[in-house]
Amino acid sequence: MQRYSGFGLLKHSLSHHENWQRVWRNPTPKKKYDVIIVGGGGHGLSTAYYLAKEHGITNVAVLERGHLGGGNICRNTTIVRSNYLWDESAALYEHSMKLWEGLSQDLNYNQMFSQRGCYHTCHTLQDLRTNERLVYANHLQGVDNEMVYADQLQKEIPALDCSKDARYPVLGASVQRRAGNARHDAVAWGYARAADSLGVDLIQNCEVIDLEINDGKITGVKTKDYGVIKADRVGCVVAGHSGVLAKMAGFELPLESHPLQALVSEPIKPFLDTVLMSNHVHGYMSQSDKGDLVIGAGIDGWVGYGQRGSYGIIEHTIQAIVELFPLTSRVRMNRQWGGIVDTCPDASPIISDTPVKNLFFNCGWGTGGFKGTPGSGNLFAHTLAHGKPHPVAEPFSMFRFHSGKLIDEHGAAGVAH
Amino acid sequence: MLHIYCPHCGEYREEEEFHCKGQAHIPRPLDPDNCSDEEWGNYMYFRHNPKGLHHEIWYHSTGCQKFFNITRDTVTYEIKEVYKMGEQPSVAAKG
Repeated sequence: MQRYSGFGLLKHSLSHHENWQRVWRNPTPKKKYDVIIVGGGGHGLSTAYYLAKEHGITNVAVLERGHLGGGNICRNTTIVRSNYLWDESAALYEHSMKLWEGLSQDLNYNQMFSQRGCYHTCHTLQDLRTNERLVYANHLQGVDNEMVYADQLQKEIPALDCSKDARYPVLGASVQRRAGNARHDAVAWGYARAADSLGVDLIQNCEVIDLEINDGKITGVKTKDYGVIKADRVGCVVAGHSGVLAKMAGFELPLESHPLQALVSEPIKPFLDTVLMSNHVHGYMSQSDKGDLVIGAGIDGWVGYGQRGSYGIIEHTIQAIVELFPLTSRVRMNRQWGGIVDTCPDASPIISDTPVKNLFFNCGWGTGGFKGTPGSGNLFAHTLAHGKPHPVAEPFSMFRFHSGKLIDEHGAAGVAH
Repeated sequence: MLHIYCPHCGEYREEEEFHCKGQAHIPRPLDPDNCSDEEWGNYMYFRHNPKGLHHEIWYHSTGCQKFFNITRDTVTYEIKEVYKMGEQPSVAAKG
């Protein structure tokens, strides 16, 4: 792999940047792999990378129906944080956060990871109590999180309307200062390039149409264009389409797929150097390096695979944003889009073995998968390498919905999860 | 934005007036005390999540506040039929 560096940039400028090495190969699939990962999004690619890097398993294929990183990894609002409520979640998301903190160096690819902080505003006494509880829980878990109240908050975010005249006055906020955002495409491409350089085959335009299962054990997958490809173990990381693959395997998952929308404004002068979310008025926003406002909306309450949602949802979100930041009232929106998110009843993901032997699922990240990308892949790689879940991933088994041991993160997940 | 016919009001109304309440026709276990964990878990948490036709319960929350069923395509979002509680769908979804 050609390493990226300042010197390389200078060197290639002499040949007008025409001789850069291709970022990854486009191999034809082999007949058999040790591990097949279905889904070439962020989580799938990071799984492949950690399988090769940490477990030495390089005879791996990532099968992607479309192009690499073309699903939710390119549709999200790029927020990274780890201030969840329960110990199980704290372990999971903090594991991910620690990987984020060294990711650019690890992958030799600038993730533009910016720890600009993330605020959760409180508009009612109940909001304040919930967030204070969250902060104290995080302190016990060793995760940074703190409360700031309206006067201080107004100083930290001058554009935020913290006045008492607001319809839902801001009383305070919890803030995780290590939180922030990253460049979503760089995450997918960085993992893809690093995995490819370790020998992983990234197969694009390769749709899986069936799973080969004999005597309750998976032996391979059937693809549309390349026929059957054999594998010792198969990991499915297909987000919104998890239910479709589970059906091929003959079981159901406790998931519902919903459209989740986001929108981006025209670029304007920088005024917001952090991420702000409000569960109460239901909206969240950050400002990108280009200057455009990145705004996240909520999900549509119904099952949908159409990658588009209803306008009513956008209207509510915009109302919330204008309520929080009155100066944005005349900003025009440039683009609006939707992705399909697979949500669990307890708003926590599934990293799990399944009723089928050697078949594993990593799904249910719902509205908050981006932040989990490194941790999710890292733990899932361990699960695939050892044939059983990593201790941190163990509580996130799909069988928790039978045992009743749920990890209810609806409070901490909130609007923006 | 969905345009939904409320069978109780007898009119088409904007989606804003309604709430989707999830999968329809889920029978409550007849003897909950003797359900296995698996049966109870399935009843509580496991839902059909089809890419295609889906039967779901809707609630006319800011209208007549009555429940009814819809058969809807989850890809095109087209509403195939609307029918009252207790009635069976005429357009069948698989699974």
